[in-house]
Amino acid sequence: MKMSDKVPVRLTVNGTSREGRCEPRKLLVDFLREDLGLTGTHVGCEHGICGACTIMLNGEAARSCIMLAVQADGAEIVTIEGLAQAGQLHPLQEAFREHHGLQCGFCTPGMLMTALDFLHVHPDPTEAEIREGISAVLCRCTGYQGIVNAVKAAAPALNRSR
Amino acid sequence: MKPPRFDYHAPTSLDEALSLLGRYGGDAKLLAGGQSLMPLLNFRLSRPAALIDLNRIPALAYIKEADGQVRFGAMTRQRAVEFSPVVQARLPLLQEATRWVGHLPIRTRGTIGGSIAHADPSAEYPAVLAALEGQVVVRGPRGERTLRPEQLFRTYLTTSLEADEILTEVRLPGMPAGAGYAFEEFARRHGDFAIIGIAAMVIVEGRRCRTARLATAGAGPVPVRLRAAEEILEKDGLGDAAIDAAAQSAGELVGPDSDIHASADYRRHLTRVLTARALRRALARAGGR
Amino acid sequence: MSSQRWVGQSVKRVEDSRLLTGRGTFIDDHPPVANLYQAAIVRSPHAHARILGYDVAAALAMEGVVGVITGDDVAKATKPFSVGVTAPVHYYCTATDRARFAGEPVAVVVARDRYLAEDAAEAVLVQYEPLPVVLDPERALDPDAPLLHEAVGSNLAGHRRLVYGDPDRAFAEADVVLAERFKFPKYGSTPIETYGIIARWEPLDGVLTVWSNFMGPFIMHPLTARVLGLPENRLRFIVPSDIGGSFGIKTSIYPYIALIGLSAMKTGVAVKWIEDRREHLLASSSGTDRIAYREVAARKDGTVLGMRFKWFDNVGGYIRSPEPGCSFRPSGNFVGPYRFQDLEVDASVVMTNKSLTGPNRGYACGHLYFETERMMDLLAEKLGLDPAEIRRRNLLQREQFPYRTPTGGLYDSGDYPAAFAKALEMAKYEELRREQTKRRAAGRYFGIGLALAVDPSVSNMGYVATALDPQFRAKPEYLPKSGAVDSATIKIDPLGRAIAILGTTPQGQGHQTIVTQIVADELGLRPEDITVVDEMDTFTRVWSISSGTYSSRFGSVGTSAVALAARKLKAKLIEYAAHLMDVHPDQVEFRDGAVRVKSGQGPSYSIKDLAGRAHWHTESLPQGMEPGLQATAVFGFTVSQAVDPEDRVNSSNTYGFIAEVMAVEVDPETAAIKILKYVTVHDAGTIINPMIAEGQIYGGALHGLGGALYEELRYDDHGQLLTGTFMDYLVPTASEAPVIEIAHVVSPSPLTLLGSKGLGESSSMTVPAVIANAVSDALAPLGVRISELPMTPTRLWELIQAARPKRKT
Ligand SMILES: Cc1cc2nc3c(=O)[nH]c(=O)nc-3n(C[C@H](O)[C@H](O)[C@H](O)COP(=O)(O)OP(=O)(O)OC[C@H]3O[C@@H](n4cnc5c(N)ncnc54)[C@H](O)[C@@H]3O)c2cc1C
Ligand code: FES
Ligand code: FES
Repeated sequence: MKMSDKVPVRLTVNGTSREGRCEPRKLLVDFLREDLGLTGTHVGCEHGICGACTIMLNGEAARSCIMLAVQADGAEIVTIEGLAQAGQLHPLQEAFREHHGLQCGFCTPGMLMTALDFLHVHPDPTEAEIREGISAVLCRCTGYQGIVNAVKAAAPALNRSR
Repeated sequence: MKPPRFDYHAPTSLDEALSLLGRYGGDAKLLAGGQSLMPLLNFRLSRPAALIDLNRIPALAYIKEADGQVRFGAMTRQRAVEFSPVVQARLPLLQEATRWVGHLPIRTRGTIGGSIAHADPSAEYPAVLAALEGQVVVRGPRGERTLRPEQLFRTYLTTSLEADEILTEVRLPGMPAGAGYAFEEFARRHGDFAIIGIAAMVIVEGRRCRTARLATAGAGPVPVRLRAAEEILEKDGLGDAAIDAAAQSAGELVGPDSDIHASADYRRHLTRVLTARALRRALARAGGR
Repeated sequence: MSSQRWVGQSVKRVEDSRLLTGRGTFIDDHPPVANLYQAAIVRSPHAHARILGYDVAAALAMEGVVGVITGDDVAKATKPFSVGVTAPVHYYCTATDRARFAGEPVAVVVARDRYLAEDAAEAVLVQYEPLPVVLDPERALDPDAPLLHEAVGSNLAGHRRLVYGDPDRAFAEADVVLAERFKFPKYGSTPIETYGIIARWEPLDGVLTVWSNFMGPFIMHPLTARVLGLPENRLRFIVPSDIGGSFGIKTSIYPYIALIGLSAMKTGVAVKWIEDRREHLLASSSGTDRIAYREVAARKDGTVLGMRFKWFDNVGGYIRSPEPGCSFRPSGNFVGPYRFQDLEVDASVVMTNKSLTGPNRGYACGHLYFETERMMDLLAEKLGLDPAEIRRRNLLQREQFPYRTPTGGLYDSGDYPAAFAKALEMAKYEELRREQTKRRAAGRYFGIGLALAVDPSVSNMGYVATALDPQFRAKPEYLPKSGAVDSATIKIDPLGRAIAILGTTPQGQGHQTIVTQIVADELGLRPEDITVVDEMDTFTRVWSISSGTYSSRFGSVGTSAVALAARKLKAKLIEYAAHLMDVHPDQVEFRDGAVRVKSGQGPSYSIKDLAGRAHWHTESLPQGMEPGLQATAVFGFTVSQAVDPEDRVNSSNTYGFIAEVMAVEVDPETAAIKILKYVTVHDAGTIINPMIAEGQIYGGALHGLGGALYEELRYDDHGQLLTGTFMDYLVPTASEAPVIEIAHVVSPSPLTLLGSKGLGESSSMTVPAVIANAVSDALAPLGVRISELPMTPTRLWELIQAARPKRKT
């Protein structure tokens, strides 16, 4: 594909087939936000460190600012918009509300995706493991304690729903 | 921070990838996990004419055992390494080191081949490759070569790969059952590249240390295999005095540089401290003493 | 008195539903106008260079580009910003004649999308003549130092020597005098959401509308209007309801508002600019780096008699308002929680080739207390006193409140000894000391740090004039400044539900929740019957120059405005109901959401009843009563006064208190610091929502820890930023965040309607002090003393090495 040619990108986002066309250099996060209108996924650094742009890519958390949209062709993606089902907050979202796991809410979408993936891998984590797990995402508001508490509290509920 | 324009190709076979590489004559970049390359593109510090995306070559992602080795396709995700039962059984040192590589969402995408080809001297995998005397397999238009770590790593972010070559496989000899091991690391924050990392393995026979393996991350432009320190242990065993002597020697074997995260002197000092700690932890695991 | 069912409870936040589901309305999320173009900013690669010319032809010819604005356009079309000092510093929204720090904007490219704009930005050619660079604020004052602003004639933007009481006498009479030099680093709070602006120009109406995540103070609105040559009522600032953190940093977005506004005016299209992280680290805003010299005079018993402060505050290439708040924001609380009366403050505000500074969480208080609290420990060490004891001997006592400080501050309420005692008790201070003895005997490095601070909230705009000479302020043409006000409107709809409208700019502090709690209590409504709207819009909201969400204002002044509006409305409801019942208003009361006759006899009118009647049947209103059920209140503090001729000023309006204890262990081999215990006790008056209050403390503490251990904007000798990525500028993660034990003591403020004070900056101002004290204490057996932050492992290890007798590894 030549530089400025637009290429088609077809993928499943939050269970729905979506399609768009973009230059190969377009970042996945920009594609989600601009082309698909899914502005819940945020941009905080565009170099892979802050984690605000974290999404679920084929069931695993990944940074969408250091991935090209074309690379997601054929992929299954879940963004923050797909977490609550049928108007019901996901247990992890509930826990974040209950334990004050967010203030400005800017890191929150990436934090939730990261925590979700973490809890899949560590269904019964210790506090130190939780801290290590969510250290993938920077939050400047909460000092992380509310987030740690929320993840701890959500673990049993997630285990049940599995 | 948006990447500059580039051509984009996503070959589905290694041969196709090699021919594309050849076509751009050194102006193309291979895209593996993208966890190092994409930030460089976003900062426009890298401006390749084309990206050749290896992510659609399924044949490059595998973990298998052969001839006492564990062989990894270059595109094997770090996350796959982390949760592989084969790695857990045969290469627990690699598994331990993997947890120090960034964070889980980074390891979702990042690959073992990319990490080694990127040749960041502060990265964990190159140190493990050096400590375990692994090899990498490289394919190019002139055929296939196998390189040992000391042949592969040239300096900061530089390997001996030619522009038309692809690193296809990483081979690590399986660790003998009962081998003690430890990956010790000091970083400013969790998930950062190492200020100093030490990969250690010891095989204990009675009071003797049959084999000692030590290599560094962060202690110079390439991972440093600490052979002289290993020899002290292989000769004198794993008593406190020998461990201290090996640690002292480790500090002398490295030539670290200063950067904003740490001074050269401090890195040298940490090399000593962490070598001793890694050895003590490895020894405890080997069930020695 | 209204019943307090909701105030004081950890009510779950109203804001969370949208934020948890990706439905926030951040500046980058929802284009308020169609057909937006995107800007990319061209920045100086040099820290100091003369600009010889621009060549924009190639950029203009590139795909999708609609315009390029250069420093020449800026110089022609705009005025420089007013600065808070008398030195003639010409600060425009881009470099014009010279670039004075690496990353300073020099041009803007507007294009179809950001990718194309960045492509074209690379094609803008700017010719520079590099000039010598100066970075250190002391060095910058040497006569032969490179000069940044020729018109100023030196790099000194401002200097004040403030004398309170008789410090010379205090030093002459002292039994001991100690002196120390400190260095405080340049760091910012790097909100995860960067700056963002959208500007639309309506040429026929002459109206410029700017959407941005600006946080106030809204004094920057008239300043920006003046720069752009617009009447203030033709410049509209709109702030969406969600801002992704700020911590003071987004105050300093306003020069970009002028720049992007100008770009919209010049190109004729609506322009959007979202700052990227590289730009943010290079050129947004940070606190100042400071070199401080401190002297303390004391009696043998530890009584502090006086202090001398000498500061060199580095504000970077220009002085950008509200600087020099770095020196003067804590004027009223310079003495902190202590009783001494005599002090001298010698403050030099210096310009160097670093990026510009501004408010950063704890604005100037982190610096202040780091120095003071280190001095208290040094004094304790010198006199052989326990650090807790020396503080007790100097603390203000409960019966001294309200307390007028020698520098003009008016501490409204407090019980400092009680709060301090509580912190010591929670930390089991005596036990920690015993533990220390034990571990020291075992060769380990265990230390305990203490820090006390007066936590000022709600700046009085008047403090900024401390930067000016009293003679200047005495001129007849000088307009004195003072004030801290906020407003709120509450309206009741025909079915009895309430909408509260604020002009605040919250960045995660949960204003909607807090206001819901207050209105629910004041009007006896259910929280679900209250809607709170908090998008700021200078065209529709009631605001004043001190408006905005900064200096921990909302908890104190904002909540008072809301309560005041509710009470006004309640008075009206009472009067109306009494009229309907045909009784005197004194005979009725407002209880549980209804107006009833006090005796319990006769009818009662619920808010719903009254609302329906008031809206549907205006004839039923008493004669002379204004129709409609709404009230707007503007709350202001009468204690906000202008600086007096002796430089005394009540620089804030409410003053809380913080007492902290931290225990650490230092690994002498790696220099790693492990926090083993951290207790923080706050007195912020009435706590409206403990959950939110604690959230602020956790967040603030981690900002303080960042500055103390991890974060620093570092430059090489050429003025190039070395920490321009999040790989190098180290924001603490959850693994670095300490576990915190929090408690409150409550001394309600007599000045606010609910007794609350601010606490948004909280422990950001104490953590640098408490951890520096703890680490110094841990390493005391080696003689290591911390007087410079951040304590990076390398720096700490070098200190340990230097102190340690040479030994074998
Ligand atoms: C937040 C964050 C934290 C990180 N922390 C760490 C850490 O602590 N330790 C650590 O080791 N790494 C860390 N990384 C880097 C990460 O591990 C990368 O995955 C790794 O360095 C590169 O692997 P990749 O597969 O992503 O390669 P890419 O980024 O795709 O490629 C890197 C380079 O290698 C070349 N390359 C890739 N594959 C091949 C191949 N098969 N043959 C030839 N050349 C090839 C590419 O052309 C490119 O030049 C971090 C990254 C991030 C974003
Ligand atoms: S925006 Fe992707 S990691 Fe920061
Ligand atoms: S809640 Fe604001 S950054 Fe995490």
